[in-house]
Amino acid sequence: MGGVLVDPEQLLETIDPALKKRLADAALNAAKSAGASYADVRIGRYLNQYVFTREKQVQNITSTESFGVGVRALVNGAWGFASTNLVTEAGIVQAAKNAAAIAKANQRVQKEPVKLAAQKGYGEVSWKTPIERNAFEVPVKEKVDLLLAANAKALDNGASYVNSALFQVNEQKYFASTDGSYIDQDVHRIWPTFNVTVIDRATGKFRSRDAMASPMGLGYEYLTPRASDKLMGPQGTGVIGYKQRYDMLEDAALAAKQAKEKLTAKSVTPGKYDLVLDPSHLGLTIHESVGHPTELDRVLGYEANYAGTSFATLDWKAKGQPYGSKLVNIVADKLQPGTLGAVGYDDEGVKTKEWDIIKDGKLVNYQKIRDQAHVMGQQESDGCCYADSWSSVQFQRMPNISLRPGTAKLSVDDMIKNVDKGIYIAGEGSYSIDQQRYNFQFGGKVFYAIEKGKIAGMIEDVAYQANTQEFWGSCAAICDQSDYRFLGTFFDGKGQPGQVSAVSHGSSTTRFNGVNVINTARKI
Amino acid sequence: MPILSQDEAQAILKKVLSYSQADECAATLRGRTSGNIRYARNTVSTAGQSDNVSLAVESRFGKRSGTATCNQFDDATLRRCVQRAEEIARLAPEDPEYVAMLGPQQYLVPKAYAASTAAITPDVRAQAAADSITMCEARKLTAAGFLEDGASFTALRNSKGLEAYEQSTNVDFSVTVRTPDGTGSGYAVADFTDVKSFDAKALTKRAADKAAGSVNAKALEPGKYTVILEPAALVSDEGLLNRLVYALDAREADEGRSFLSKKGGGTKKGEKLFDSRVTIYSDPLNDQAPGSVFDGEGLPVKRMPWIEKGVVRNLYYSRYWAEKSKAEATAFSGNFIMEGGTQSLEEMIKGTAKGILVTRLWYIRDVDPQTLLVTGLTRDGTFYIENGKIKHPIKNFRFNESPIIMLNNIEAMGKPQRLGGNLVPPLKIRDFTFTSLSDAV
Repeated sequence: MGGVLVDPEQLLETIDPALKKRLADAALNAAKSAGASYADVRIGRYLNQYVFTREKQVQNITSTESFGVGVRALVNGAWGFASTNLVTEAGIVQAAKNAAAIAKANQRVQKEPVKLAAQKGYGEVSWKTPIERNAFEVPVKEKVDLLLAANAKALDNGASYVNSALFQVNEQKYFASTDGSYIDQDVHRIWPTFNVTVIDRATGKFRSRDAMASPMGLGYEYLTPRASDKLMGPQGTGVIGYKQRYDMLEDAALAAKQAKEKLTAKSVTPGKYDLVLDPSHLGLTIHESVGHPTELDRVLGYEANYAGTSFATLDWKAKGQPYGSKLVNIVADKLQPGTLGAVGYDDEGVKTKEWDIIKDGKLVNYQKIRDQAHVMGQQESDGCCYADSWSSVQFQRMPNISLRPGTAKLSVDDMIKNVDKGIYIAGEGSYSIDQQRYNFQFGGKVFYAIEKGKIAGMIEDVAYQANTQEFWGSCAAICDQSDYRFLGTFFDGKGQPGQVSAVSHGSSTTRFNGVNVINTARKI
Repeated sequence: MPILSQDEAQAILKKVLSYSQADECAATLRGRTSGNIRYARNTVSTAGQSDNVSLAVESRFGKRSGTATCNQFDDATLRRCVQRAEEIARLAPEDPEYVAMLGPQQYLVPKAYAASTAAITPDVRAQAAADSITMCEARKLTAAGFLEDGASFTALRNSKGLEAYEQSTNVDFSVTVRTPDGTGSGYAVADFTDVKSFDAKALTKRAADKAAGSVNAKALEPGKYTVILEPAALVSDEGLLNRLVYALDAREADEGRSFLSKKGGGTKKGEKLFDSRVTIYSDPLNDQAPGSVFDGEGLPVKRMPWIEKGVVRNLYYSRYWAEKSKAEATAFSGNFIMEGGTQSLEEMIKGTAKGILVTRLWYIRDVDPQTLLVTGLTRDGTFYIENGKIKHPIKNFRFNESPIIMLNNIEAMGKPQRLGGNLVPPLKIRDFTFTSLSDAV
């Protein structure tokens, strides 16, 4: 398997960019010699650490490292990609040759030659997630102590069982292209989470409540609670929202109490309700019903065999039909601090930016990368290309997709005062949507009945079913900026072979009128 | 070359173990070389190949344990990987659920490898895509498909003398064919150990026929219907039957947080929970769907009945939970086999007075773990059956159903087919619950 030119075990120091540049140039030259009109190379070292615990014990602590190189070559309008963990000059050159050979093999089935938007080279540049504390430098003991303390809080408050985990990610990515960019990036993400279960042995009933923490593009500082990053939910719920800092102990205690309350909560009566959705819940609805349908590759049919297509086709957009009510303004970005999408440059060397997707309820744009920009008559990419590993080919992935907060001052309590018959929902639950993003069904972590402007206790067995346009058309009020928070996921799946990507969704608590709610209780 | 022979792999693992200072050490080496081609809009979109070998080292001091991985193989990197696992282990608290590493084991002879699959080239993949696309173009249809093949090996070695090695190959193909106006869609999917069984044209024809036949779908009212679920509607990464098999966990059942938990304590193991025709087992040596002969810890995988004639026979026991429960630890081969009947899908349709044929279910998610209730949608070919014939295509539905309820409502079972490494029959089910309509095609 040969020796390596770099020592990948120096975990806390990134690899010397000069060495990576030398290797990258070798790959780019090999691709050009093999006939490539364009080529890019990504040398990546991906570090992960996972800590898993349950109740009073640690189940597993794992540190993983994956180091390798992926080369993409465009030959006569067809793409080819090859990757290898052999990070030597010989290995990287062979990968470049393989990528070009694959591109050539595909030319006979290539009917739409790739049209790549022009991209200026940035020269040698770098970007780092602006973290305060590198999670990989924090002693394992401190992480274990935190998770076990959270477990203890849950058990003290009535949990029968509790599992907790901490996921930490560091992507050390080097990108180089024949355009003349050499981009060195150091990206950090973190996700603390738990699941609390309360069991009533006599009835055989059990209920769970997961953590309200969102995965974030932050360092270990995310786990140091800060009063200014905490928001109290509506009166009578006890729900707590977190911005850029999370209090795991506080949330674990609350989770146990809420899981216990769920055991005896009233089962929902199906029907139409006005829904008041917390950002910890609404983020996922935005993800599924706006994020995915506005990915241009889906719209064009490139995902037809797996993730699906989209109702929001180019023809549909041209008709100017409303996507939602006039209050709905959705923005895409790869910039917002603390988000999972935030990077300096995407994985095909494009500087990141912000752009509108829905303006005053109308679809105005899609998410595009370099080989899609021409479809919309755009001269440049939106900068949302991503690969989940050196071994995966980069393609269009969802940037942060966020609902802009209301411009008028509005608190959650004031919003609820005007709801006659409604349900307040916080946290992610079950979620499912069709392959063109019309029909969806969402659950949640906690549900509270709203009667005549007041919270009237916890309810259970709630899921809402809606059609995307009708749902966003029923958007009746959005709380202001002071309530704005992110929900994120580490595991947005797309592509074949399947790849995951991390993405955040910002929003403030929002009201939707007259949504169909079903009861999910069954007897077996 | 990412596929190491048994001797090459064990030589690396021996070296890794020689660096260990720990009380116990286990090293796992995995390698894979894979290639793929993806096409859509009747043209190729991306294609690639990937080679990788990775090492995982688990070190233990007493009841403390840590794991580290790397994918470079010079001596310095291997040594540091072992050191990192040991550093973590020294810092970790004692695990009260510690179970000593396994000693030497006897394994079945694996049969999940085919040399013909390991020899696939980019040209072979391009030809498969071309065959699929050409057929669809001739019928004025649009193909989107994916072909992936790979060869893999896994080698294990630990300080207690355990030694294991196996190779496997896979070919996975799926194709969605749509009408250019987007009003019809059809799907076909298959997987193989040996590429010799793969026929891109035959599978594309199936998807194309469904696409052409699904134009002008009519809406039926949501409600309870008799359905014929094809294997792709039963098995996928998130499929109804996968969920059921993965829910057969002994510890969760004992702890009271499973559909198998009993009121007041205890589990439903040994009880008849399903129709008498339901038999599900694992078998790593099944000719059509072979699996791994050992699990991640090196525990031998053997034939294991899970559900027999509707009775829950065995649950999955981790080594810790087995020791505590005085039960036998269970290695899961990763695949399962559901017995069926002899009827073809066509014969099942012929025997149906009124019903719905479902090609595929999609975006399946848990709704209630207490009842295993899940939701999802039909996709890529949903048809109304009347008097033994497909009468017309119908609009897609959202369903809310539990596999437990479903497997108590069996009307008929067809001949099992391989899918996702499993063997599964098409099932005719009465009273399957559709809760709303979807406009998606």
